[in-house]
Amino acid sequence: MDLVEQFPVLIVGLSMFLAYTMLLTGYLNRRLPFFMSLAMNSFFLILSLFILNHVLTVGPIRYWQGGWRPPWGIEYVIDAMNAYLLVIVISMVILGLIYSRGNVRHEIEERKHVTFYTLVQLMAAGLYGITVTGDLFNMFIWLEIASLTAYALIAVAGGRALRPAYNYVIMGSIGACLYIFGVCWLYSVTGTLNFADMRLLLPLVYDNKAVQMAFAMIVVGVMIKAYIFPLHLWQPDVYTYAPSTISSMMASVHVKVMFYILIRMFYSVFTLEFIRHYIGLDLLICWVAAIAILAGSIWAIKQRNLKRMLAYSSVSQMGYILLGVGLSPLSPWGLVGAAAHILNHAIGKGCLFMCAGAISQQEGLKDIRDFGGLGKKMPHVCAAFTIAALSMIGIPLTAGFTSKLFLIYASLDAAQYPFVAVLLLSGLLNLVYFWRVIDQMYFVKHKETENAIEVKEKGKSLPLSMVAPILILASLCIIMGIVWLTDIPLPLINHILSNLRMGVTL
Amino acid sequence: MMEWITVHVLEKYNFWIAILIIIIGLTATIVKENLVKKLIGLSIFQTAFFLWVVSLGDVGRNILTTWGLKTQTPPILWTEAAEKGYIYANPLPHVLMLTGIVVSAATTAVALAIVIRIYQKYGTIEEDEIIQKEMEFERAGVI
Repeated sequence: MDLVEQFPVLIVGLSMFLAYTMLLTGYLNRRLPFFMSLAMNSFFLILSLFILNHVLTVGPIRYWQGGWRPPWGIEYVIDAMNAYLLVIVISMVILGLIYSRGNVRHEIEERKHVTFYTLVQLMAAGLYGITVTGDLFNMFIWLEIASLTAYALIAVAGGRALRPAYNYVIMGSIGACLYIFGVCWLYSVTGTLNFADMRLLLPLVYDNKAVQMAFAMIVVGVMIKAYIFPLHLWQPDVYTYAPSTISSMMASVHVKVMFYILIRMFYSVFTLEFIRHYIGLDLLICWVAAIAILAGSIWAIKQRNLKRMLAYSSVSQMGYILLGVGLSPLSPWGLVGAAAHILNHAIGKGCLFMCAGAISQQEGLKDIRDFGGLGKKMPHVCAAFTIAALSMIGIPLTAGFTSKLFLIYASLDAAQYPFVAVLLLSGLLNLVYFWRVIDQMYFVKHKETENAIEVKEKGKSLPLSMVAPILILASLCIIMGIVWLTDIPLPLINHILSNLRMGVTL
Repeated sequence: MMEWITVHVLEKYNFWIAILIIIIGLTATIVKENLVKKLIGLSIFQTAFFLWVVSLGDVGRNILTTWGLKTQTPPILWTEAAEKGYIYANPLPHVLMLTGIVVSAATTAVALAIVIRIYQKYGTIEEDEIIQKEMEFERAGVI
């Protein structure tokens, strides 16, 4: 047995163990938990890179917990999609941790820091768990760990964050309950909880109403968690009032991992054949995604609070990923676009939320109309914001452009021309709401405002630990924009397509 | 008609009860303005769902399912029991729901903690009053 095959369970197990060790050491020294978390997550990043390399060169990793064979025991399966997502999640958690170093001092009381970092590490453990698992019920447990810690992390901000956090608890619990409801129905029909096993058993009972209903329940439940448009109502308030670190982490990785559950359900438990021929949902998914893209953008234009605008922009961007998934039965490029946008949106939106937190920390500004003259006061942050915003809009040579290119190519390939128009129109709408911010930053003179909230150390320049992650992510937006156009990610894309059994590689 | 009622209602009465309780819980979650009552509704919803899944584990008899008449067997690796015709309930749904109960308790605990924080902040747990106070506080610049 190869040593690399032990790494997935090592990442998850050590994360859980680390979280509780951090809580204990926090009593000895308040600063220690942060450094422990940072060191261990960097270690996990190295492990995940080994896993990615192993998956691309040798093949998928299957780890049986306790040596129990799959239909009975819990199996961890890592194929190209997991490994790719795992690297993204771990890197974004590390950058979020570095950013939080300067940020939590302003947004969270001193005595809560130890528990804050413990909860962040637990949330990360939940996210890693969802990413590596190959078992439906095990996935539910990790889903709940990631969600419960997220509820607590949002409520930690106090004040206006409390009611949104409560709404999220209710909505999220209903979503998780629907998911496990569907899973139990599938269990009652097939008698198994393993992805691969269920995939073999399900085609015999595709006509069964219980299976189709279970599919509907799972999809709706996960869609609540991943705020696909009509089910997004808990999300804008949560992102607006949560601590900036948490907004950034949730928008960049939490929701991506939730969406990954949907991808697993579509490709690894059910098949595209089921979605197309037995329930005929593929085009409906595309239209839901198109409405999400346009509605999210239009609502974003109406917003004055920067973080709320970014939250609605996230609703629209999740539509892009869903559109890619919806187009994938007709064209392999759909899945490529979705996979690319998972990374591109993670770095772009992570950077934007970090910038929003930095602006409100240094100048106390939250309203876009007060941003006049900000370009001179915070040159680095504003430059990073502009680059990430251009990436969201989809200007060539940025990361966002490539995923849009793939999606437009997919809609042309699938002969679904309305979605080309939707994508282009959405680019225009993105330009409208992001340009308002950039215009205020660079072309409007500074004027005194009464809306600025009182902040400690107002006007003091930001610590390096906050500026560095922002600049790293902004430069990644440009680097990835070039990398996606070259041949470098081609092996990864081919592995993702062949592992998710598309039968077609590029 | 009588046969239909026997097969679909009387033999599966626990599923019908579970559906009824699920609807009651979900309605309470949606309709009630009081945050604690909402939470009680959510708990009822989750508990009824556990009842449903545990009922699925009752496999000792012939059940007319939507996919045909079927004698379900529990996944117990003990052939002697099956040969002698012992009747067992499938233990796996029970085990899954044991975990589910823990998750449900954790959710309730987190939600109640948030409700306590809300009560300390606004002095009320009625949702419309909280929204009103949020606006008042924002105008006064307290939040």
